[in-house]
Amino acid sequence: MADLDRRAVVRELVADRGNMLVIGGLGGTTWDLADAGDDPLTFGTWGGMGNAAMLGLGLALAQPSRPVLVVTGDGEMLMGLGALATIAVQAPANLSIAVIDNELYGETGRQPTHTGRGVDLAAMAQAAGFDEAETITDAAGVSALKGRLTQPGLRFACIKVGPENGPMVLPERDGITIKTRFRQALLGG
Amino acid sequence: MTDDAWPDDIYRALSDAGVRVVGIVPDAGHARLIELCTADNDMQVVSLTSEEEGVGLVSGAWLGGERGALLMQSSGVGNCVNAIASLTVSCQFPLLMLVTMRGEWGEGNPWQLPMGRATPRVLDDLGMRVATVERPDEAGETVTAMAGLAFKSQAATAVLLSQRLIGAKAFQD
Repeated sequence: MADLDRRAVVRELVADRGNMLVIGGLGGTTWDLADAGDDPLTFGTWGGMGNAAMLGLGLALAQPSRPVLVVTGDGEMLMGLGALATIAVQAPANLSIAVIDNELYGETGRQPTHTGRGVDLAAMAQAAGFDEAETITDAAGVSALKGRLTQPGLRFACIKVGPENGPMVLPERDGITIKTRFRQALLGG
Repeated sequence: MTDDAWPDDIYRALSDAGVRVVGIVPDAGHARLIELCTADNDMQVVSLTSEEEGVGLVSGAWLGGERGALLMQSSGVGNCVNAIASLTVSCQFPLLMLVTMRGEWGEGNPWQLPMGRATPRVLDDLGMRVATVERPDEAGETVTAMAGLAFKSQAATAVLLSQRLIGAKAFQD
């Protein structure tokens, strides 16, 4: 079975996104989201590693009528594992976390992460109490997940992808600008 | 006003400032305030496994149009440092932290002293606005003032609730 291409996975997850709000984790997934297309309602992080899922929780609580998707990496998620417990206890019905899992720290020299050594993030999310938690290894699984992103629920997906990063695509890097345009697009004014 | 009403004053200040998301890592000094916030149906109290999570929580809430506050002990400030620097300061997110101090006034646990001493210095190094409450009658107005700085001027703020105010934890000799 061919490895999933991370860029194709992320493009599919955010295609025709409707009113979905998106958080990107440091840093490869922020580049993936930029590759998928600039959008003011995507908040891609250039720092604060380990906090992407919690940004998603805060956003989901503030905007309960909109689906919120966090797209982050395995290294980023591993840095904030406590968030799985915190989020599961809050149990927002409009939050999905998709971990793009290449089993590598792709930005720092491609050192191996724990996910290639037996640590099962989906099992951790399930044990924390997520409504849905799964590991996806094929395109059919990605398509099925895409179809559920706008459905009510708290879900976690660990999507195993190949080691290729794809060409660098850099979004806006000024945090104040990214924040301000997000709020203007969402809240107006 | 009695001297032990200051948590009620802080609660009213938070409520009046429009705070709707409250991230907490419990501390004995925050016990009453946590009860008040939990009993308020307009406030979503989010129990955190570590204070760092709260920085993401209130930043995400701000992205979505809601105001948040964080309740923690001074030791938790150390857990937040990179999140405050990288997320709050880099993006100029509002931040309102209410920090109960340890390690300063009659502290009986020597392991609390280093982070207690470092807390105001670290917050200052991060560029945050810091106010200290020593007297019960200052608590409400201080939180109101810092909430104004945070939410109207998008500043990163901390209110340090001194150990003199909350009382040192009693350890058996």
